[in-house]
Amino acid sequence: MSGQIKRGVSLYSFQEEMFLGRMNVEDVVGFSTSIGAAGIEILPEQNMPTFPHITDAQIGEWQDMLSRHGAHFTCYDMFLDTKLRKGELLSDEEQVESIKRDLTLCNRLGIRNMRVLIFVRPDILEKCVPYAEQMDVHMGVEVHAPWHLEHAWILRTVDVADRLGTRHLGILPDMGIFMKNYPPEFRARFERQGARPEVAQFIVGQHQQKIMCEYTIYEVAVKMGGNKAEVAMAETLRHAPYANPKRIKDYAPYFRHIQAKFYGMTEDCIDPAIAYDEVIPELVKCGWEGTLSSEYEGNRWIQDVEEVDSREQVRRQHVMFENLIAKAQSELEIV
Amino acid sequence: MFDRYLIDADSLRNTGPADAPTGFAFDAKLGYYRGLGLSMVEKLDIAIDGEPLPREAVRFDEGLGPLTLDEMETAYDRRWPFGTAATILVDRPGGFPAGEHELSLLQQLRVSYLPFPAVNTDKKSVSLAA
Repeated sequence: MSGQIKRGVSLYSFQEEMFLGRMNVEDVVGFSTSIGAAGIEILPEQNMPTFPHITDAQIGEWQDMLSRHGAHFTCYDMFLDTKLRKGELLSDEEQVESIKRDLTLCNRLGIRNMRVLIFVRPDILEKCVPYAEQMDVHMGVEVHAPWHLEHAWILRTVDVADRLGTRHLGILPDMGIFMKNYPPEFRARFERQGARPEVAQFIVGQHQQKIMCEYTIYEVAVKMGGNKAEVAMAETLRHAPYANPKRIKDYAPYFRHIQAKFYGMTEDCIDPAIAYDEVIPELVKCGWEGTLSSEYEGNRWIQDVEEVDSREQVRRQHVMFENLIAKAQSELEIV
Repeated sequence: MFDRYLIDADSLRNTGPADAPTGFAFDAKLGYYRGLGLSMVEKLDIAIDGEPLPREAVRFDEGLGPLTLDEMETAYDRRWPFGTAATILVDRPGGFPAGEHELSLLQQLRVSYLPFPAVNTDKKSVSLAA
């Protein structure tokens, strides 16, 4: 099987415009369908102002709005406020209850994938599996940088899923784990904050060579006498892993949705940082059938110098997706 | 991620009697990509020209009535929604000083998945509308 990768958009991508009141959720949904990305990922705690109190009437309004645009929900991004109270964490039972609250709302919205924050303990999720099965919601633990597909913390969730033999617990990769090149938007921002171009170039070069970040941080902070912006730039390398795309096939059975993180697309629709050109062929080869859901996070890196245009960024990413998917499929057919 | 947009500079106004203001107020948004329960807003530090105002002088109102920062700590059923301005009220006899001054706001949030508190800051040069 191939050709089943679907394209979608997370409402997260439009945080700049929505924060500033320049777009509402319906504007985002309308735009997404206009570029052929009909799958909508929602963050109820961002996009539903009355959360966690959501009435059936509100759910009906959402469904009507989506169907007006020919869109549908793909994924529900949950949060877990373990630090709700000052000085003490939620008890295990309270954590399970909070997750069940989200599973219930997810089910009421007709959504079958739930993005679980990466810090949620695997043993807590294990306790939620029977309810997730009842609600028919897949709990996907977000594999987010600096973690990666084969990080031992992630493997604990995979082990629980295997042991239980459940199809309702797994992972949900964020493509930030495939940062092959240092994002130009990061570098430019640090240079505006006072990083010297030669030091910035050194940091980029170190990342290019995949030198373990602590060497670079020490070089910059101590040996080069780095200023605040330079040290901060070096420290971003702690969160800039380049996981091996070849491992995707081993983990594909555990995920049904992807957060397609990106920081900026070039005018000719290339992602200079995240290795989609290596990731998408792997997804196509293993016949993965989920949704690539745009997660634009470039706004915070450029908003000090230019107007953020999330629409244009997301549009370019989807041109790239179409191109890479078509290319990978044609190569598969030749073989 | 939204630091530069936190303070609504045009919202500054005095509170109390017009001829003897007892404080000032302004509107601000939460610097976060989602809404957050009020109990997890640990600090709203306000300063004028770098001079901090006491924590006890600050109150917060997202529309359901003003709370002191200590009261916010246990306001488990109230939230500051995403992208939504709330009112920050500050007790200061005489109100906001005349002329242009730098108003700063620091928000410290207890975000459960972060190992450290999230801190957002905004500074704007503001003055009361004539």
